[in-house]
Amino acid sequence: MPLINNELFLRIASPTIAGLAMVAAWEGVCRYYNIPSYLFPAPSAVAATFIEDTPTLLRALWMTMRVALIAFGAAVILGTLIAFVFVQSKVIERAFLPYAVVLQVTPIVAIAPLIIILVKDTQIALILCATIIAIFPIIANTILGLRSVDHGLANLFSLNKAGRLQTLIRLRIPSALPYFFGGLRISSGLALIGAVVAEFVAGTGGRQAGLAYEILQSGFQLNIPRMFAALFLITVAGIVLFVAMVGLSRLALGDWHESEVVAET
Amino acid sequence: MQAAVEHLDTRRVAAAAPAAARHATGEPVVEILSAEKVFANGTRGLAPIDLTIREGEFVSLIGPSGCGKSTLLKLVAGLSEPTDGRLVWWRSGFDRVGQDGRQLSFVFQDPTLMPWSRVESNVRLPLDLAGMSKAQAAKRIDAALDLVGLTEYRRNYPRQLSGGMRMRVSIARALVTEPNLLLMDEPFGALDEFTRNKLDSDLVSLWWGKKLSVIFVTHSIYEAVFLSTRIVVMAARPGRIFGEMVIDEPHPRDDAFRTTQRFAQLCRDLSTMLTEASLASG
Repeated sequence: MPLINNELFLRIASPTIAGLAMVAAWEGVCRYYNIPSYLFPAPSAVAATFIEDTPTLLRALWMTMRVALIAFGAAVILGTLIAFVFVQSKVIERAFLPYAVVLQVTPIVAIAPLIIILVKDTQIALILCATIIAIFPIIANTILGLRSVDHGLANLFSLNKAGRLQTLIRLRIPSALPYFFGGLRISSGLALIGAVVAEFVAGTGGRQAGLAYEILQSGFQLNIPRMFAALFLITVAGIVLFVAMVGLSRLALGDWHESEVVAET
Repeated sequence: MQAAVEHLDTRRVAAAAPAAARHATGEPVVEILSAEKVFANGTRGLAPIDLTIREGEFVSLIGPSGCGKSTLLKLVAGLSEPTDGRLVWWRSGFDRVGQDGRQLSFVFQDPTLMPWSRVESNVRLPLDLAGMSKAQAAKRIDAALDLVGLTEYRRNYPRQLSGGMRMRVSIARALVTEPNLLLMDEPFGALDEFTRNKLDSDLVSLWWGKKLSVIFVTHSIYEAVFLSTRIVVMAARPGRIFGEMVIDEPHPRDDAFRTTQRFAQLCRDLSTMLTEASLASG
């Protein structure tokens, strides 16, 4: 069957068909066994709630995304700067890297209440939590990248009497790019997770309510379809972030890096 | 160790015939004066070595693994400092290297190209680092690419080229600074024999045409005999010069030289000397 070998079919049509089949099965099971929607809602019930509550849910999505995106931006800028400083001096790296690891291994859920108590403005507290969780992959990957300079190329640069700045711009930064973009992919997802987790802990309602708050509220009210709708939005947001990072990485590395090059057969 | 040190005096010249190469009596390009290398872990990489490379020579370094061929080449390149003894370039200090007529280039074992740069940018790198203007650089890049026959691939990325072509880019990058001394560390070791022979022939005519001096590290007896005006055989533990062989076949040589009786005889002689060097390598 030639369809099976078609690249476009494999990449787009086949996961779409698989997804539709799963949703159809889910709907069928819910209807067949008459499962009440406060236990486990059918996709149709979720969709109905979603359409009904669109304005509230989208505003909640925007609040969460705003926190995640600001935190992600802060993590990228701060993380890259920290990595550059660490790479410049072994002493600084040795002195501070252990504490960066401490930040990474401490569960954000455990420190979020503390941060929310200490920081008066809830939005800033949320951003802080999400930044803390998103920054480590950027630091670690950028350091790794800046260090993984080809030995021969480093020799070539020193043979040609390249200055420190020339070596940084022409050799170290390009060498680090693939690692940096790997860090971006991980970090973008973590920023969203951080934002949601912090919102759960903070439980901010009212005008600043994010998706996590919507999920909590829907749970209290046994409005399970709405809970699913909010969950669906978080997932979509995560996927959009990931795809955006993949696109960015392809844009920057597509011409030369093995990971982005389509094998020529 | 003691026995090995005594072999230092077993230096000999296999081919006693006077060198027929045109520049054998030229000015010294590099003088290695009792240069010695002891690594940080205490291993003696090189016993004190004395060697002079003269203008226009094509000198190959050959020997068993661990004999310090690459270490010696790194000393000449200034990539590493001798533990004792010293090196003199063009009868003066190393600080004058880099001026016109005092330029050395290094070709590594691997092509060591920047994967993120196109062929022409890779070739331009040494000129960029030296701060040469784009217009001035452009002429040199065209000439270098033309010399290695890669003009039509200048806009390609290294990954789009074959191993042999990548090595050519590497050579073009070394030539773009118009060096007088070319150092090559087993540049064609990873290539298939056909490509290697082709690049060897190209290299030998390049050396002849450009009046270069070359120091060439290799593992291949045939390559050393085909290319060199002089072969330096080294022995290991500690790395030292075991003997020398002058190849007085006139230049320019072409591929026909490979099939001559004389070529076979020279290869046999070199092979014998290499075996002795291996036996002496404690």
